Amino acid sequence: MIPAQFDYVEATSVADAIRLLAEHGDEAKLLAGGHSLIPLMKLRLVTPATLIDVTHIKELSYIKEDGNNIVIGALTRHRDIEESDLVKKHLPLVAHVAGEVGDPQVRNRGTIGGSLVHGDPAADLPAAALATGATMVIAGKNGERRISAQDFFVDFLETDVQPGEILVAIEFPKHTDAGWAYEKFVRRAMDYSIVGVALQLGAKPGVALVNMSNKPHLAVSASQAIGKGAAIADVLAVINDDTNPPEDLNATVEYRQHLARVLTQRAFATASK
Amino acid sequence: MTIRTSITVNGKDTSREVEARTLLVHYLREELGLTGTHVGCDTSNCGACTVLLDGEAVKSCTVFAAQIHDCNITTIEGAAQADGSFSPVQEGFRQEHGLQCGYCTPGMIMASTALLTENPNPTEEEIRHALEGNLCRCTGYEMIVNAVRWAAENPNFTSGGAK
Amino acid sequence: MSLVGARVLRKEDPNLITGNGQYVDDLQPAGCTSMVFVRSTEAHAKIRSIDTAEALALPGVLAVWTSANIAQLANCPGGLPGLDQPLLAKDIVRFVGEGVAVVVATDRYIAADAAELIIVDYEPLPAVASLSAAMAPGAVVLHEVLGGNTVHFQDFENPLNEAFAAAPRTASLHIVNNRCAPSPIEPNVCLADWGRSGLTLWAAFQAPHHLRNTIAQYFGIPQDSTRVVAPDVGGGFGAKINFVPEFFLTALLSKEIGKPVKYTQTRSECLVAMLHGRAQEHDASVAFDNDGRILALKLTVTQDQGAYPNGTGMGLPVLTTAMAAGCYRIPAVAISWRNVVTNTTPVAAYRGAGRPEASFTIERLIDLIADETGVDPVEVRRRNFIPVDAFPYATHSPLAMYDSGNFAGALDELLKHVNYDELKKEQEKRRQDPAAKLLGIGFASWLEIAGFGPPGSLEAFGHLASWESAQVRIQPDGSAIIFTGASPHGQGTVTTYAQIAADELGIDFDRISVKHGDTAVVPQGIGTMGSRAVAVGGEGVKTASGRVYENAKRIAAHLLEASAEDIIIEDEKFFVKGTPARSVPWSEVAWKSFQPLELPGGMEPGALDSTVFQQVPNFSFPSGAYCCVVEIDRETGGVNIVNMYLVDDCGTVINPLLVEGQVHGGVAQGIAQALYEHMLYDPSGVPRTSTFMDYLVPAASDLPGYITGRINTPNPSNTLGAKGVGESGSVGAPPAVVNAVVDALSHLGVKHIDMPVTPIKVWNILEGAK
Repeated sequence: MIPAQFDYVEATSVADAIRLLAEHGDEAKLLAGGHSLIPLMKLRLVTPATLIDVTHIKELSYIKEDGNNIVIGALTRHRDIEESDLVKKHLPLVAHVAGEVGDPQVRNRGTIGGSLVHGDPAADLPAAALATGATMVIAGKNGERRISAQDFFVDFLETDVQPGEILVAIEFPKHTDAGWAYEKFVRRAMDYSIVGVALQLGAKPGVALVNMSNKPHLAVSASQAIGKGAAIADVLAVINDDTNPPEDLNATVEYRQHLARVLTQRAFATASK
Repeated sequence: MTIRTSITVNGKDTSREVEARTLLVHYLREELGLTGTHVGCDTSNCGACTVLLDGEAVKSCTVFAAQIHDCNITTIEGAAQADGSFSPVQEGFRQEHGLQCGYCTPGMIMASTALLTENPNPTEEEIRHALEGNLCRCTGYEMIVNAVRWAAENPNFTSGGAK
Repeated sequence: MSLVGARVLRKEDPNLITGNGQYVDDLQPAGCTSMVFVRSTEAHAKIRSIDTAEALALPGVLAVWTSANIAQLANCPGGLPGLDQPLLAKDIVRFVGEGVAVVVATDRYIAADAAELIIVDYEPLPAVASLSAAMAPGAVVLHEVLGGNTVHFQDFENPLNEAFAAAPRTASLHIVNNRCAPSPIEPNVCLADWGRSGLTLWAAFQAPHHLRNTIAQYFGIPQDSTRVVAPDVGGGFGAKINFVPEFFLTALLSKEIGKPVKYTQTRSECLVAMLHGRAQEHDASVAFDNDGRILALKLTVTQDQGAYPNGTGMGLPVLTTAMAAGCYRIPAVAISWRNVVTNTTPVAAYRGAGRPEASFTIERLIDLIADETGVDPVEVRRRNFIPVDAFPYATHSPLAMYDSGNFAGALDELLKHVNYDELKKEQEKRRQDPAAKLLGIGFASWLEIAGFGPPGSLEAFGHLASWESAQVRIQPDGSAIIFTGASPHGQGTVTTYAQIAADELGIDFDRISVKHGDTAVVPQGIGTMGSRAVAVGGEGVKTASGRVYENAKRIAAHLLEASAEDIIIEDEKFFVKGTPARSVPWSEVAWKSFQPLELPGGMEPGALDSTVFQQVPNFSFPSGAYCCVVEIDRETGGVNIVNMYLVDDCGTVINPLLVEGQVHGGVAQGIAQALYEHMLYDPSGVPRTSTFMDYLVPAASDLPGYITGRINTPNPSNTLGAKGVGESGSVGAPPAVVNAVVDALSHLGVKHIDMPVTPIKVWNILEGAK
């Protein structure tokens, strides 16, 4: 399969990317690791007029400690997150989930920013961002703005990133020494989750569900219940609140909701160890 | 639009004027004539097109050639040792019958090579996990696992230049 | 030392592990152009119009063809007269993926762009995407000439009503044998170059001479200037023995535009355009006594042929019903089958082709008998096995004259590896513990028909004949080249044939080459399918090598002034037995074999060159006993294979390494059919699994390791004693896996689960039992 033709420009800095976005308008798309975008382009489901390649913006590939936060540059690859001692120490859930994306080749190219802005409810990293209470840092011609992960995901494959903007970083509050778990149910290891559960315990707990809604889904009631120290049964009772699971070859709504309960329970067992 | 891209492939500098949409795998196969890297799917699942980009395994069907100027690519044609001996992974595939039709093999060898660079002594489970992005339809995988184990156990293999 | 039976490394590998393999898409002759299809997105529709103007106007486009450009041409060979597939759809499309138009451009990028610019206006028709829909009263008819959707119905000769009425017990199953996409990692690829000196077609194909014969006939051109080359082929699994429009279109277009034309199928195309396999439904009934002894068996096979039935597809239910009784002595067997067309991809051979379906059903029935009678499944098998002393054993089918086997012996060998009693205890213990995963133990004593085949067998599938060719040609330096009509694509035939020849000729393995896959090089040939490469082709190598060796001995005897009967060979030296000091090397015998003055009386130069068209008197009957142990997650319904025990009887083993590889590969595809793969259509005929994201070919972490064993009952139909092993795993594994799952759930009253056994299916069963 061959992508349609496009114009290619390379951004050398964030400012350059913003300038190029303004210049090329709605028909332009940012190209990072390409592991969400290029397959869609090969199937010609996406045919951007211009690709603005941001992979060479070195300033967006970093992992750093900033007070109570770990900040990860949007172009940081899954593999670098998976292997980062800093992330493993303060955000073990995020490090683990980064290591669960796709397969090794995908993790060597795919970036956290690319995965998040794709807004796929079946993807792994959005759930980790939601469960850990991450904040997205978005740059545009008027400077930077911050938005919570919860508000960032708007609809199916749609995020709050506006035309002309670029996601530049993700600020994760530290969850050092807190329990966590990621439960992913698949038929084949390389596949997207049929259902997944990302659970972060500790001072600011959160639980997010994969493939249980039209967008990456924070289980708000369940997260609140965990925060109040509710018993597992009470958390499970509300874990499917506000979900809107898809039906497909692998699962019905009922089965997905069942899996969400089972996986949440397992995640608790793992996280509480 | 066309764009000039310069990529070091198997230690040799290459430079071509290509369409911006040229996939790395087609750059390798059709511009450079390095046909050892294969295409087996169009959804980044099969891994037949796996090459090393700066030493790491990537799927060359999911990278634009224009994107990776100034990078080092190693393909199966560059997998052997400097003296021409098979690499331990290549030899492992031969010794343990890790291939049948051979079509997925270059991708498997490159993915396995990357694994052993990071983890010189992987367990069976680690090998299977590391090869999740590579599909083989012939072997049922056990002999591929054995091949990688053979390479792990014979890291200094050389055939003394015999190819 | 004999090489037959030795673990010899493959001659094929050095090229393939260095990127020096040569697959069709690797070929790029000067001026090579690229052909791309526009394929139907509709399952059933009239074509109102096709607008090709924009595509034709695109710079770099050399041709755009629709059926209008080839109106005078016959339909694609291999089909049934009147029901065959046009090279490009004429007025009507009958499945998603059917070719509607083709574009040829200077490169594949431009061709892909042009294909996007072609606008096809469809008038959708109702579609039938399942057997039940196709056979329903009032269903839309695919081929008017048929009047309905049933192509052929073979009724029972005797439905055995009395035997069933008189039996102490009976049981029945309706079984859906899931449609699979063969999915070699290399899809269909071909490259045609039709110039003044004739047509050369490079094709990823399993039977190049078969294609050469057909394509020459199709175009009315002589075979001497029609050459088909199957170079390295990236897997076939039966899917590359069918004629597809691609071959004929690239050839025609090459002639038209005067340049080589290459077609490289994409995976998304491959999943809907490469022919599918399995796709059968079975209605099976069995009559038995209270001890689990089978009294009668009745099987009706309904074969989904897809939109255009072909000769191979029509043969599938014949093979299935022939093998309906498996390895059991069943006093009365009644078979019936029907072939039905649907608005889906046509169906043909996929590894095992008809036999996995047979073994699945009989092995499911055996477990059903065990369940009904309370007799252990292993014991039910033992009570019904055809005993070793009953061979040759005539079955209900004239096709299947079983000639050898030791079914109880294979099961005994299997049970040495499986700790069955412990597993049964563990299973019971886990059932009592709600937190534990359920354990299931499944057996399959399977038998297949292979080694295709005796005269007449492949002719029935449209092939020229059923022999296989072997030419053994000694070079003047005493090295040997073997030419074979078998056209391997991963089997390791180059290695096994060299092993066989090395033993027969006394020539070093390293000085034997094997050539295949080129009709201009290999005298004639049939191909690699039906597990025949060793049982027929390898036997031919042995026969031809033996003839050459006899002549070589005569020359050596002449040179040594001795009698040929007294000559033996060691280390490539001929000498009179007992006097090794005076010897003549193979190289000298070979050299002098070309020199008339050096030859014994009556011998002509060229005596060390023998061509054999090897025939065999019967099919072969590989068999075995497999056991699968599964765990089932009670909460998710997920099935995990804990162990897979495999005992094969493929007769004589030429190379244990390669046999092991064939068994593993077949078993992997069998497990994939049992747990992962299903080519699914929605009711309107739209495929739902048309990429590798949805069609779940398993990866390394999705499959278990294998514990293997072997017994050997030699094949009496050839002197090697080899039966073939290419398809065995795909025949034995599916019933073993599903029997294990059903066993794990049997305490809940579960009798059967159709493949693939998905987590949601299992979960629904577990929920239903609550």
